[in-house]
Amino acid sequence: MTVKLTVVRAGALTTVQDEGRRGHAHLGVPRSGALDAPAMRLGNRLLGNDPGAAVLETTLTGCALRPDRAVAVVVGGAPCPVRVDGRPAPWGTPVRVPAGAVLDVGAVTSGVRAYVAVAGGVAVDPVLGSRSTDLLSGLGPAPLRDGDVLPLGAPAPGPAAPAAVPWPGPPAELVLPVRPGPRADWFTPAALRTLTSAAYRVSPHSNRIGLRTEGPPLERARAGELPSEGMVLGAVQVPPDGRPVVFLHDHPTTGGYPVVAVVAEPALAAAAQAVAGTPLRFTLG
Amino acid sequence: MTGDRPLTARPAGRHALLVELPDAEGTAAFHAEVLRRRAAGTLPPVTEIVPGARTVLLDGVPDPEALARRLTDWEIPPVTSDDGDLVDIPVRYDGPDLADVAALWGVAPQEVGARHASVTYRVAFCGFAPGFGYLTGLPPELHVPRRDTPRTRVPAGAVALAGPYSAVYPRATPGGWRLIGTMPDPGPLWDPARERAALLTPGTRVRFVAVGDGGRGEAGTPDATGTTAGVPRTPASPAGGAV
Repeated sequence: MTVKLTVVRAGALTTVQDEGRRGHAHLGVPRSGALDAPAMRLGNRLLGNDPGAAVLETTLTGCALRPDRAVAVVVGGAPCPVRVDGRPAPWGTPVRVPAGAVLDVGAVTSGVRAYVAVAGGVAVDPVLGSRSTDLLSGLGPAPLRDGDVLPLGAPAPGPAAPAAVPWPGPPAELVLPVRPGPRADWFTPAALRTLTSAAYRVSPHSNRIGLRTEGPPLERARAGELPSEGMVLGAVQVPPDGRPVVFLHDHPTTGGYPVVAVVAEPALAAAAQAVAGTPLRFTLG
Repeated sequence: MTGDRPLTARPAGRHALLVELPDAEGTAAFHAEVLRRRAAGTLPPVTEIVPGARTVLLDGVPDPEALARRLTDWEIPPVTSDDGDLVDIPVRYDGPDLADVAALWGVAPQEVGARHASVTYRVAFCGFAPGFGYLTGLPPELHVPRRDTPRTRVPAGAVALAGPYSAVYPRATPGGWRLIGTMPDPGPLWDPARERAALLTPGTRVRFVAVGDGGRGEAGTPDATGTTAGVPRTPASPAGGAV
């Protein structure tokens, strides 16, 4: 019997996310997937789900959901108040939501994105092997709207992982280790020193496509356009205004602005939880 | 080791290489060689092979430095004109920029279609949107600049020109390319439920086949191209050759 989850309050931006689409970048298909992938995997493990089972990724204001049968959930990622039919419930650990009760995921108290993992996972139809919403190209389910109904998969019969696990807190300062290249030679030596020494801040214009920054612009050593080339997750692309943009999971697969350096993928989970204004440093590593 | 190689492998983080080639032909040849080696099982594991205009990105590589060293020993044969699947795209030459393009080319508007359709193109790379292929093959004298003012909406199926490229918009998006025609049924360009989601994959050869009455700009001409329109002529054969 399929459990259905009704979206009572979709929140500012709530999307379905899993491990994303691999192997289709050459067709112009972004990777997509949960920005804070460790939070998705941990929530799933606590429920006995496959670590990459589809979850809901909320943005700042949470969401509210009503299952038509009792179901276990974990709300993790960014800390936030959790309520079941108005009564406080624990964050970061499995919670049983009775049939017809409303799970309310409140506004985050720090960080950006809370994740709602549900026993059995969100079972919308996959597109190119993934259930993720891709905001750049529009693949996968549209962002949730009030009244949407989501099917859930069958819960795993096996035992869940122990519940006593640490959740990393959102960063007070975001430190992103970078390796120079592939187009570091398009920038002056001074620009490379600036990148790895200056104080940047996370821009409020950041989204699932890229983490935008405020800070000193990077000076180009050569003018002109770069013929379109493939872009990796974590690429630090520098548009004409000189402010670095760190490509996140919905980034375009090709681009024409030079990439001065690449952020190591494990650091991107913290980038997903850095609110606008968070101090940001790039370090060589 | 064996002399000058026209290939530069640039690091792109801990698990990727951006391989830079001197020109579009070299890029197509290197891309074809990467695919051959993957098919033969002699390429180290990679998750993404993403060609660009002058580059091929190899992402998800366990040891990029080791792969970069091995690349210098690769023998890379040039791409020949009959390599790759061949796809025919039916097109009505009725685009709103037909007259502008005719002026830039120095031909009459009714000759634009014949010129455009006289070229066999190759999908150099994809980007911008799923299934949007950048087609190379236009001679330099037919390269045109983008429009000064992009359109807020270009319809799906629009056949377009910009710089050295031609393309067919797989769906409605904003766009700054010059529109010279319409693919009557753009549905086959992108269908994620299909085994081959994109019709125009990198390396595919493309011909445009004029249909209807586009030279006089009449809209609504029935698509009379038959059932094979927009379908790969050799969908299962990487060697192509069914011309």
